[in-house]
Formats: sequence, structure tokens, C-alpha cells
Amino acid sequence: MHEMALAESILDIIEATARRQGAVRVREVRLEIGELANVEMTALECALQAALRDSLAEGARIECLVIPGQGLCLTCGETVPLAALYDLCPRCDGYPVQPTSGQELRVKDILVE
Amino acid sequence: MCATCGCSDHDASLHSHAHDHAHGHDHDASRRVTIEQDILARNAEFAAENRQWFADSGVFVLNLVSSPGSGKTTLLARTVQALHMEFPVAVIGGDQQTTRDAERIQAAGAPAVQINTGKGCHLDAHGVGHALETLPLPEGGVLFIENVGNLVCPADFDLGEAHKVLVLSVTEGEDKPLKYANMFAAARLLLLNKIDLLPYVDFDVEQCLDYARRVNPDVQILQLSARTGVGLDAWLDWVRQGQQQALAEQVRRLEAKLATVRARLACNESVNHA
Repeated sequence: MHEMALAESILDIIEATARRQGAVRVREVRLEIGELANVEMTALECALQAALRDSLAEGARIECLVIPGQGLCLTCGETVPLAALYDLCPRCDGYPVQPTSGQELRVKDILVE
Repeated sequence: MCATCGCSDHDASLHSHAHDHAHGHDHDASRRVTIEQDILARNAEFAAENRQWFADSGVFVLNLVSSPGSGKTTLLARTVQALHMEFPVAVIGGDQQTTRDAERIQAAGAPAVQINTGKGCHLDAHGVGHALETLPLPEGGVLFIENVGNLVCPADFDLGEAHKVLVLSVTEGEDKPLKYANMFAAARLLLLNKIDLLPYVDFDVEQCLDYARRVNPDVQILQLSARTGVGLDAWLDWVRQGQQQALAEQVRRLEAKLATVRARLACNESVNHA
């Protein structure tokens, strides 16, 4: 369950920011999670529900913005959609395809009051 | 005044923070605060601290990762036995429960500490830093970190090591490199263990190594059996080489530091003589 560790890191980031802002409550958390990141979304949401309990962000709405996987094919030189790391190029079946986006694991912003 | 929700845009009580973000208009008393922070940033900071500490102490640090049952502890016990008379060696072991592995390593001749991760499935850089409060750093030697047996999560958590070493045994499937590509991509060295069992299992070595190189073209590969000792010498030489490099790097850093201090001294002397 490394999603639990991610959820705890997310809580740290949220709480530090909320405190700096003098916020009393976090109403919404927006995450940016790449399609190619090593994360099971359902598990992360479940872990977050547990991690945020008894915090400033208890009950906050969690929104995950999924960033599509994309890579540069070193064979045909095109930027192509990438469904999984180390897949062959969907255009030319070439290899390797260097991932250029989709591995993000970020807290984008929070809505506080 | 925000046109949409009517909140006072410049009310100091609501907006005492820097205006470097877009304002949310979801609620009159709420505001959106931009963070854009990597979720693993904190682990990366701890890992950088560990790495600095290891470099200053001339310690070569390896993070051993694998599935459960690949033979990591047997390999480490043999390795410790062979090397602990040559230079300081220490082991941090990660398991969900028990201190059995640490006891096996201690019996082989090296100080060892066990981190019980409880429900956790990997070691993190913070936990490794704390483990080193009880385990003295083997200065000028080698620190082995035996991660929790898991080919998924430890790939994402940098501990400050020089390299990840992936132990794969021939009793597992040869398609593991494709199934757990993140981990194989992160490894510097792949140790194919239990090769003494090859006559008894359906494991296509060439196919497995081909898959591993597909995911990680630069990966180095050694084949061995920790139980019989076949191929162990090449692995021990690989570790010795890394230890020598870590020492050479420490010398280079100390010389650079020394040169800076000497230059400062020469500068002071020339000012005093003037």
C-alpha cells in the first residue's frame, strides 16, 4: 500500500500550506496524477479518506486531474500517446519511447477558508 | 470585488497571502492556493541529505530490491561473510515484521538493524536516516539496504543510495522485467539468483535478460547462486569496485576542500605581508 505513504505526504503538504495561509479548513484538494505514475487511483482515494481524518482537510473534496501519458519515439521522432511505460511506439512499432509526460505526482492546489 | 461570487478581492483578512495564484470563486469565504508541489518532494529532500552524508563518509550504499523469497538475505549473509574483514560493512533490513533477517546478518559478522515497516510496503529515506541513529555508518565501507520484498513500491522511493540492485530468482517468471518495468528500469545491476536450480525450472534466461535490457538498455547483469556460491566472486568484485570508487570520490572532495583552505591561507598571508 504505497498509496498510504503518498496520502500521508499529501496531508503534510496540505497542512503546511494551510497553516502558512492561516486557513481553518481545507475544502478541496486538487491533485495532478500522471497516467504512467505508479499509482492506483482507487487505492489513493481510499488512503486519502483515512489520512485526512481528524485534520484540517477532513471531508475535503478530492479531485484528481489525470495527465495523459505521452512520449517521444526515438525511432520515428514523433510525440505519441503512451498507454504504459516501455510500450512500443503506436505509430511505427519502434523502441524506445521516452516518456515526456504522464509521470506527475503533484498537489496542484487547495481551496481553503 | 469579484464579479462572480461577490467576495471582496482585496480584503486583507481574506487575502493576506501573496497574490501569485488564481482566485477560486467557489465560495465567498474560500480561496484557492496554488501549491504545485511534487508529492514525493519530501522523500527526495531526505534522500539528498542521506546521499550527502554517505558521500562525506565515503560509504558505498546499495539498495537491494526484489520480490519476497528471491534470496536477498542469503546473498547478503554470504556477501557480509566475504567482505567484512576487508572493509566496514553494515546492513539495514526492511521487513513488515520480525527481526529474523537482521539476526542472520549479525551472525554473518556485520552490524545490522531491522526497520519494521508495519503496514508499509517499502522503506523511505526518512526511515533510513533514523535507522542510522542506532547503526553506525560504516565509514569507507559499504552499507547494504535490504528493502521490503516488493517489486512495485520501492521503485518510487529514493533512499539516497548509489544504486538499486535488483535480485531476481529463476524460480520466478522470466517476464518479470515487463510486468514490473518501473523497478527494472530503476536498477543499475540485475542479479539473477538461484541459477543452480535452472535444470529443475522452466526459466528462459536469455528471454528474461532480453526483456530486462528492453526496459533498461544500460542495466548490468550477473548470474549467481547465493546458496552454492557460483558466480559470487563477480558480484563481490562489483561491490569492491563501487567501494573503491566511493573512496576515490571522497578523496577528490577532500582534496578540493583542502585546496580551498590552502588558497584562503595563501591569500591571508599575502595580505599580511603587504
